[in-house]
Amino acid sequence: MKKFLSNQWLIMLVFSAVVLTMPIWLAPIGAGYPDLLQKFAIFGILAIGYNILFGLTGYLSFGHAAFLGVGSYAAVWSFKLLTMNVLPAIIFAMIIAGVFAALIGFISLRRSGIYFSILTLAFAQMSYNLAYSVLTPITNGETGLQLEKADPRIIDGMFFEPAQGLPLTNFFSLSLSGYEGFYFCAAFLILGFFISLRIFRSPFGLKLRAIKSNQTRMQYTGFSTKPYLLSAFIISGMYAGLAGGLMSATDPLAGAERMQWTASGEIVLMTILGGVGTLIGPLLGVGIIKYFENIFSAINESVLYQYSAFMPEGLQEVMVTITKPFVGSGWHLTLGLMFMIVVIFLPGGVMEGFSRIAGLFSRKDKNAEGDH
Amino acid sequence: MGTGTGKTVLKVEKVVKKFGGLRALDDLNLTIEEGTVHAIIGPNGAGKSTMLNVCIGQLTPDEGTVTFDGNIITGKLPHEINQAGVSRVFQTPAIFEDLSILQNVMIPAIAHRDGHYKFNPLQMLSKQTDIEGRAMEILEKLALVDMKDKHAGSMSRGNKRRLELAMCLVQEPKLLLLDEPTAGMARHDTNRTIDILKQIKETGMTKVIIEHDMHVVFSVADRISVLARGHIIAEGTPDEIKGNPVVQEAYLGSDAV
Repeated sequence: MKKFLSNQWLIMLVFSAVVLTMPIWLAPIGAGYPDLLQKFAIFGILAIGYNILFGLTGYLSFGHAAFLGVGSYAAVWSFKLLTMNVLPAIIFAMIIAGVFAALIGFISLRRSGIYFSILTLAFAQMSYNLAYSVLTPITNGETGLQLEKADPRIIDGMFFEPAQGLPLTNFFSLSLSGYEGFYFCAAFLILGFFISLRIFRSPFGLKLRAIKSNQTRMQYTGFSTKPYLLSAFIISGMYAGLAGGLMSATDPLAGAERMQWTASGEIVLMTILGGVGTLIGPLLGVGIIKYFENIFSAINESVLYQYSAFMPEGLQEVMVTITKPFVGSGWHLTLGLMFMIVVIFLPGGVMEGFSRIAGLFSRKDKNAEGDH
Repeated sequence: MGTGTGKTVLKVEKVVKKFGGLRALDDLNLTIEEGTVHAIIGPNGAGKSTMLNVCIGQLTPDEGTVTFDGNIITGKLPHEINQAGVSRVFQTPAIFEDLSILQNVMIPAIAHRDGHYKFNPLQMLSKQTDIEGRAMEILEKLALVDMKDKHAGSMSRGNKRRLELAMCLVQEPKLLLLDEPTAGMARHDTNRTIDILKQIKETGMTKVIIEHDMHVVFSVADRISVLARGHIIAEGTPDEIKGNPVVQEAYLGSDAV
């Protein structure tokens, strides 16, 4: 096991296989459809990037949705002005989000702890409100930024005749709807995971963890800690920009609500639920939350009656009444309970649960060896 | 005595540090010669730790200057002073509790090699064999190598102090500042620390050591300065200090040593 974990290529092979076969193994639990798979991949990228900041340095940013939103807008503008090809849009999204993260990070990182969190939250809410009102010429305010037939699309205009109706996003000639869209996002997820794996195992990553452990000691050890923190902040901002760009690539529409604080909170929730500071944890968190969001919220009263059809009538009535608040639009209640249970009993998230189970087994093995 | 080279490595000139109405350092003058072990002794509240804090950039003096290796370092940031060649062992061990012992020593080794900032997120830590080698060498020297993969936070206080010393030594500083390296240690741990200090004395590294334990002071120091009420009241070789009546009265007490 230890040998396996130290070989990065083996990890990447297994990871890629698991991600690329998701449409197959997620189908039995009703999650194998493209729309949800795309969400898994896109939010996975977001959480991986967030974990580089929060997991390694311990700086809790409450404003990462701002970078997601900025990335989305940047990508849609690239579709409107340049081309419907997603590659420039994604590069553009990452660069703009990176610059934005550099600005916000530079100011927010003057403080640490709760004050840092509040500063990032304030910046994200400012961005949200600006996108909603003052910046309407850029963001199209409440309606959200959409493609229009009259958009210039300079590069496309040079090569193609304008098609009938609204053009679709594409990766050169590949369309990005359905499973193609998922595989396109999955490729970025795999690449993003690889980069995160390298960062976790680099001297740079070790230094970030040392900053989390004892920042003062780092300064007296000859490191200027702020540039390290800022680098981590920008990297995770660019991951969020990439996620935002991919959101627009699969559905070319960007709205201000993507920047709202609830969206930032969701990122934090996913990371903590899965396991902060672990490589896979945040992805598990994304999987769990997005699955529940899409599956639990689709269950309604009649579905509940179907599930409990085997029960006697009186009992069925009682069961449905009890479970009703936890499904459908009340799925947040389930999420909240789940989050509380995990945080109270497994502060290290779902990953801690796994490592406890693994520890249980290895202890058994040792005992067995002792018997001989 | 006199292992020194005659060159001045650290010069504290007319330093004043006030905390409200209290003059913690009051016109402090101190010269540390290269290659010596210089002990600073003095009663509680004499300003010993404050002096070290001024030397490493944790505090900025209100008046006066600190010169290290020919350059004025007052007002410089802690990481700049460290990169110039000053390392410090703190009174309460300052280590990376969440990391392994080996990683704790690798980090300062990286600082020594790469400087205050290097962006290398795609390099593999496991391929930095020079850094790991350096760290292992020091761990071996300080008898910490057996527990190199343990969490630093789980160690005993004595071992934490030894680890912190290892973290400073791996940087090969020109000047090592030790703030009560044996405080709170059991006798055998204290003796072990004295042995280590004697060992590293041979490398010619300059050391300033603050210590209450006179046994430690007289076993390792080449020179001793006595600090009281924020300034130096006496300075000399251990023998001179032992015989100095002013010191005996101010600090050691009449029946000491």
